[in-house]
Amino acid sequence: MSIGNLPFVVAALLVVFGIYAFLFKRNLIKLVIGISLVETGVNLFLVSLGYRTAGIAPIYTFAPEAERMVLPTPQALTLTSIVIGLATTALLLSFAVFIHRHYGTLDVRKVKELQG
Amino acid sequence: MIALTNHAPVLLIAIPLLGAFAVPLIGKLGRGARNTFVGLIALITAAVAGLLAATVFGQGGAPSLYVLGGQGFGLPLPSGLNVPIRIIFEIDGMGAFMALITALVTLTGAFFSFSYWRNRSGGTLFHSLLMLLTAGIFGMELTGDMFNFFVFLEITSIAACGLIGFRVWLKHSQEAGFKVMALYTLSGMFVLLAVGLLYGQYGGLNIAYLASVITGSTIDIVALGLLFTGLALKAGAVPLHMWAPDAYGEAPAPMSAVLVANSQASLYGLFRILFTLFGLTISVATLGWMLIALALLTIFVGVTMALIQSDIKRLVAYSAVSQIGYMLLGVGVGLAVSVAKPDFGFVAMQGGIFHMLNDAACIGLLFFVSGVVIRATGTRDLNRMGGLAHSMKWTSILFIIGAFALAGVPPFNGFASKFLIYEAAFKLSPFLAVVAILSSILLLAVFVKVFQAAFLGTRQEGLESDVPMGMMIPMVALALVVIVFGLFPGFFVDKIVTPAANALWYGRDAYIDLVLGGG
Repeated sequence: MSIGNLPFVVAALLVVFGIYAFLFKRNLIKLVIGISLVETGVNLFLVSLGYRTAGIAPIYTFAPEAERMVLPTPQALTLTSIVIGLATTALLLSFAVFIHRHYGTLDVRKVKELQG
Repeated sequence: MIALTNHAPVLLIAIPLLGAFAVPLIGKLGRGARNTFVGLIALITAAVAGLLAATVFGQGGAPSLYVLGGQGFGLPLPSGLNVPIRIIFEIDGMGAFMALITALVTLTGAFFSFSYWRNRSGGTLFHSLLMLLTAGIFGMELTGDMFNFFVFLEITSIAACGLIGFRVWLKHSQEAGFKVMALYTLSGMFVLLAVGLLYGQYGGLNIAYLASVITGSTIDIVALGLLFTGLALKAGAVPLHMWAPDAYGEAPAPMSAVLVANSQASLYGLFRILFTLFGLTISVATLGWMLIALALLTIFVGVTMALIQSDIKRLVAYSAVSQIGYMLLGVGVGLAVSVAKPDFGFVAMQGGIFHMLNDAACIGLLFFVSGVVIRATGTRDLNRMGGLAHSMKWTSILFIIGAFALAGVPPFNGFASKFLIYEAAFKLSPFLAVVAILSSILLLAVFVKVFQAAFLGTRQEGLESDVPMGMMIPMVALALVVIVFGLFPGFFVDKIVTPAANALWYGRDAYIDLVLGGG
C-alpha cells in the first residue's frame, strides 16, 4: 500500500504546529515543546525523503537478495539531527530550570529583564 | 612539515576539539597546568590557521580540497558520472580569510581570559566551551558539505549558549541563554530543512556538486529563503537581532568577541550559499537589494539602540550589531550588481569582507576594554562610573583607538574598509552611502558619550585600577592589528582581501571544477 505524500504533509503540520507554539505560547516549557515539534517535523521530513515503497533497512550484511533498500544518507542525517536535538533540548530545559529558580516563574511575560 | 600543511584543515578542527574535552581533565591538575595547556592549544591552532592561510593565499586564493578518510572522494557511476560522496573540506580565499579572523579572535580571547578568570570560578568550563566553539567556527568556515555545515552550526550554537549561560548563579545569563538557544535552534532547523529540500531534489549534500546541478526551481527558492532566514538570524541582522545584545552583553567579556566571530561565520555561510551555491541561478539583483535593506536596517537600528544604552557591555553589543550591517551592505552591493560585474561591485565586496576582519579586531578590543572597566569599577552602569582616565591611562588610550576604529575615523582600520564600502555604495545609490556615513558619525557620538561618562570626570576612590599584564597584552595586540591594518590597508587588501573577494565574486566555477574535475 502506498502512503503517497502523507509523511510530508504530517512533517509540514508538525513544523507549523511547532512554530505556532514557539510564537504564541507563554510558558517556557511549552516553547521547548514547540522547538522539539519543529525538530521532529524536520526529522520526519528527512526520513520520508529517503523512503522507497516496500524498501528494507539499508544494511548489506545478511540482506535478502534483490530487495529494494531505502536510502541510507537521510537516515544518517536524521540520526545526527536527533542527537543534536537531544543536546539542544537538554540545554534549553536546564536553562528553564534555572530561570524558574531565579525568577520564580516560567511565564515569558515576567522573564524579561533584558530589554531595550 | 609537508604532512602538517596537507592536514591543516582537519587539524584546525581536531586540535581545539581535543582541547575542549581534555581541558576539564587537565583542569584537575590545577590552574597553572590548565592555562598552559589552553595557551598551547590556542597557539597551535592559530599557527595552523596561519599556515593554512599562507598556503591558500600563496596560491592566490585558489581553492584546495581536503578529503576526510581517503585519497579520492568520488564514486564513479557506470554512466561515467563521478558523484562526490565523501566528506570534504574545501578551502578557498574566503574560507582561509575567515579562518584567520577566527584564529585572531580566539587566540586573544583565550589569553585575555586567563587573567579574567583568576579570581572567579568557572574558568575550566569556560575554556572547555571556548575550545568547542572554536572547533565549530572553523568547521563552518572550511567545510564543503551542506550537512556538515549544519552540524558545525549546531556545535557553535550549543557551545555559544553554554558560554553565555554556564554561570548559572547569574540571573540574567540564564534568561539570555534560553532566548539565544531557542532562536539558534530555530535557525538551525531552518538550515536543516533547507538541506533536506536540496537533498531531496538533487540527491547530494556536497556544495560544489549541488552548485553544479542547481536550477533555481521553486523548491530551490524555498530552500534559499529558509537558509537566508536561518543564517541572517544567527548573524544577528535586524529585524532578527533580538538575541544579539543579550548574548554579547551577558557573556563573559573575553567571550563576547568570539561570539561576534561566530556571527561572522554565519554571515560567511550566507555569502557562500548566495555566491557559490546559488550563483546566478537566482535573481541576484532582488537578493542583493534585500541584503542592502537588511544592512541599512541593521546599521541604523544598531547605532540608535547603542545611543540610548546606559549599560557599557550592552552598548558595545549594539554597536557590534550595527557593524554586521556594514558587512551586509558591502556584500549586498556586490551581489546586487553581480550580473554586470562593474568595478565598483568588486570594491564593495572588498570593503564588506575587509570589514569583517577589522570589526573582529576593534570590537574585540572594545569588549576587552569594557571587561577591564567593569572589573575596575564593579558596575556596568555608565552613570555610576567616572574618572577612570586618572588611574587607567593605557586603558583609556586603547578605548579611544577601538572606538575611533569602529566609528571609521582615519587612520585606523575601520576607516579603510568603511571607505571602500562608502565609495562603492555611493556609486550604486548615494542614499546608501549617506545612511552608512551618518550612522558612523552617530557611532562616534555613542563612544564620546561612553568616554565622557566612564573615563573623564573627577577621580573616584576604591577602584581596582591595576590592569594585569595578561589582560593588557591581548588588548595591545588587537590595538596593534587595528593600527597596522589602518596604516597599510593597501598591502592587506592586495594580499588577503582581494583573494577572498575573488573567491566569492569570480570563484564559483573554480570551486565546482575542483570537486567535479572540470566537468
